[in-house]
Amino acid sequence: MSTIRVNPAACDGFGFCSEILPEMIRRDEWGFPILADDAVPEDLRRAAEQAVAFCPRRALRLETTGPR
Amino acid sequence: MNTLESIRTGTARLLGDETRWRTADLDAHVRRYGPLFRAESGAGWADRLLDEIERSGLTGRGGAGFPSHRKLRLLRSAGPRFQPVLLVNAMEGEPASGKDRVLVGSSPHLVLDGAALVAGILDAGKIVVCTPDDRPELARILGAALRQRQGDEWSTAPVEIRELCGRYIAGEESALAAGVNGRPGVPGYRPDKSVPVTVGRKVGIVHNVETLAHVALIARYGADWYRAVGTAEAPGTCLVTVSGAVEKPGVVEVATGTRIEEIIGLAGPTRLVQAVLVGGYGGTWVSREELSAPYGPDGLGSFGGSMGAGVLVALPVEACGIRETERIVRFMAAESAGQCGPCLFGLPALADDLGAIARGERGHHVFDRLLGHCDAVDRRGACRHPDGVVRLVRSALKVFAGDLACHLRGSPCGGSVRTSFLVLPPVGQERR
Repeated sequence: MSTIRVNPAACDGFGFCSEILPEMIRRDEWGFPILADDAVPEDLRRAAEQAVAFCPRRALRLETTGPR
Repeated sequence: MNTLESIRTGTARLLGDETRWRTADLDAHVRRYGPLFRAESGAGWADRLLDEIERSGLTGRGGAGFPSHRKLRLLRSAGPRFQPVLLVNAMEGEPASGKDRVLVGSSPHLVLDGAALVAGILDAGKIVVCTPDDRPELARILGAALRQRQGDEWSTAPVEIRELCGRYIAGEESALAAGVNGRPGVPGYRPDKSVPVTVGRKVGIVHNVETLAHVALIARYGADWYRAVGTAEAPGTCLVTVSGAVEKPGVVEVATGTRIEEIIGLAGPTRLVQAVLVGGYGGTWVSREELSAPYGPDGLGSFGGSMGAGVLVALPVEACGIRETERIVRFMAAESAGQCGPCLFGLPALADDLGAIARGERGHHVFDRLLGHCDAVDRRGACRHPDGVVRLVRSALKVFAGDLACHLRGSPCGGSVRTSFLVLPPVGQERR
């Protein structure tokens, strides 16, 4: 089980994450990501990892919660 | 707010009567409160004091209200040779608050006693007293007090006074640690708030000056004495800064659980009060009808408020609550560190929405926009600065519902939109 977390102080609102993972990441009116609280489903896991990897500010991470 | 004084009450423990006691002087301090018991008075004193603190029910007075004994035990259990750094927080960035600087001014030795005791409990390697650089008198008073204490058996950990940039957010734990580390004093991202801040390579623990002064009293007189006033859920006394539509704005010490209206009465209200701001600028508006509620976690919690930084601001009936809230939000927007997008863009947006409503922009779309912005800002920052603003705005919509309805209809609310009643300080750097 993993959830996506953003460090809001590092995020500059580039928005790559919501392009890569629109199923779980919306953007507010200023372009900053609003993340779904739910666990990342298995079929979106790869996209979530990519969203983390492509963040220019390294503001995203996947946080493992509970037993896998 | 520059010439705040303490208002004398019958329940003064921390503040007392400065003219008679002059407790800024060490001899007078010891005469009034008695000597601190010696470290040699038996092994295990730290555990005994921790138990007393737990039984006293003391909670942190910097705003969060966390039980003090839990905060101390958390770090003490981490290991005896941790040698953390104790950060004594006298930053008091909340503009409506003056309790901490009045306390430091009247009883600096009580604060330093508490700091020495807590440092002893934690086996701290160093004590750093943090004061705001826009109030140089605090560093001066504490420095003078420290010199008087040289050579006493309690000064086991070296004490250092640091003047840090005084701004609204500078007293937040991680911002304070950043300032002490020589970085800009802005909050850091800490997803897990139970992970302590660091000072250099050491763990830092932050305690507010009022909390430490209470510890100094509990160590001397015990938990039963402490609980003799106040309520069961929130024992003891607390410092409250009362301002707004009152005759003598100032700092009062009252038993926790005293009714809000009674506390305001101590500062002598001059005008009819329509609502009271509780906790601080990131606090909660409380309507006139609710002012009989007890001032304490439970009484205030029933309408979503908390004691916060110990602030009560009385708003007179002739003010427009929406307009006053807009001005506070504008101030809070300017005091944002500007690190997080939702706070940087969201707080000015909230102020604009409130302003549009107060200026008579009609219709429900403005109101919906405001509600949307509240959701867009709430809990989306690295620190809780934006959350406090959202709490304030949401409480304003409830308490000033009448004013709000008038504005949305396009008719005047009966309050003055042009005159401002709250005295807001200049923002950030301009303060000096």
